[in-house]
Amino acid sequence: MPLIESQESVSWTPSSFRQRLVRSLLLVVLLLVTAVSWVIVTQDTHWEFVRDAMYQGGRLVARMFPPDFAYFPRLVQPLIDTIHIATLGTLGATLIAIPVALGAARNTTPHRLVRALALFIIVASRSVHSLIWALVLVFVFGPGTFAGVVALTLRSVGFIGKLLYEAVEEVDRASIEAVEATGASRLQRIVYAIVPQTLPQFAGTVLFRWDINIRESTFLGLVGAGGIGMLLNVNINSLAFARVSLILVSILVLVLAAEWASQRARSAIR
Amino acid sequence: MTRASQPAWRPAWQRRRPWWQWLVAAAAITYLFFALSAIEIDVARVQRGAERSMRLLSQFLQPDFASRWTAIRTGILESLLMTVVATVVGVVLAIPIALGAAANLTHPIIFNACRAVLTVLRSFPEVVIAIIFVVMMGFGAFAGLLTLIVATIAFIGKLLGEAIEEVEPAQIEAIRATGATWWQLVRYAVVPQIMPRFIGVSVYRFDINFRESTILGIVGAGGIGATLSTSVQRYDFDTSAAVLILIIGIVLVLEYVSGWVRARVQ
Repeated sequence: MPLIESQESVSWTPSSFRQRLVRSLLLVVLLLVTAVSWVIVTQDTHWEFVRDAMYQGGRLVARMFPPDFAYFPRLVQPLIDTIHIATLGTLGATLIAIPVALGAARNTTPHRLVRALALFIIVASRSVHSLIWALVLVFVFGPGTFAGVVALTLRSVGFIGKLLYEAVEEVDRASIEAVEATGASRLQRIVYAIVPQTLPQFAGTVLFRWDINIRESTFLGLVGAGGIGMLLNVNINSLAFARVSLILVSILVLVLAAEWASQRARSAIR
Repeated sequence: MTRASQPAWRPAWQRRRPWWQWLVAAAAITYLFFALSAIEIDVARVQRGAERSMRLLSQFLQPDFASRWTAIRTGILESLLMTVVATVVGVVLAIPIALGAAANLTHPIIFNACRAVLTVLRSFPEVVIAIIFVVMMGFGAFAGLLTLIVATIAFIGKLLGEAIEEVEPAQIEAIRATGATWWQLVRYAVVPQIMPRFIGVSVYRFDINFRESTILGIVGAGGIGATLSTSVQRYDFDTSAAVLILIIGIVLVLEYVSGWVRARVQ
């Protein structure tokens, strides 16, 4: 190698000594915290069960094959329900998210208090998992698809609302001012300056959320909120694993198909 | 000039549309009709539910932290610790898979295998994975921990793999031209470029893992979900409200911290 050898050769390193020291310290702290957490979390673990898990898992897989294909006709309606829950939940969330986002965006909000309220709605909706929403709503509306639709609606408002209000805040100032200069009302300002600029991103967000909602609607049935998850729960509880595997495969196909469709639609918009 | 013959400007919704857009709209409306008619709404049940929800709401406004505080504290702590362990372990395990799932670093066979595994893992919601683990090894935080680790691997593996693929090829060429081995290539060409993304994605996943850890208890896989689920089933909505408020608070803090970290490294 064409290197000039000398007594005080300066070897190059990608980072300085101080940087490496700080990084190493951070890494040690992280590992220590992880180790301590591991010890606390696993103190109630029955290790004999964990050691047994591979064997149990093997038996589980063995009992899953072959999937009980004769059961498939019974899955069709719940699968369709699952899609309905996701679609209607997304639709409901979209209708609510539009006013919430307009209230949350700095450039469209009518008042600071409205903005605070809208931001609170977005945060509360996003922080609570859809299964928790479903758990509470099943007690309000009774078991069934309706609780699932409302759960996904409440969960998705935050997601769509957040992405939409960020898009609205990024709208070009100049075009808002241009519309304002014509003496446009607040509504006209939204319709002519903000809607055209945010529409593609908005449609993309909604389609993306629909994709996520398909995934989430597959498990809402675990707490009784309709869809394919209800059958999953029933069959796991009755240890009918040949049916469980069929349900898992159909969930996989449904989720992948929805992801593909949503991606196609989103790239068509752009 | 042909200005006179030009049609007046119209906003988008007043312009003529191609025929297929009407077809799509008609199909959408038809679908919507079927979807709405498939949703069974038991009016009597909803009316009873309306009363319940008033009670629920009034209890929600008076959260009760005190009477189940031990259960709440244990649950929240367990959720947080599960989140820490699962994120760190999951991220570490995801790194080799991410390297395998980057087309510019690996053989097509390994690439396709890694991508297929990641796609399948990502398609199953965390709760479904958790149920399987609970069936395999019984109730407890360990099943939840494994669930979060699997989900973290799937998430980080995909995003990190994509980040590696977007690496500037010039630097890879340059390092390769020095006769570097594969490891040196990764160390000096790839790592420096993806480090900010890597940290950002990991911190983001930490945030998601906490949210997911709040529901794993519903299927018996540890964390605060068990306390929450029990309190809802016992109609102790004031306790549920306390749990939800804590969850929302912690998620807010985590989101703020993760946003701060991501802004700093990028």
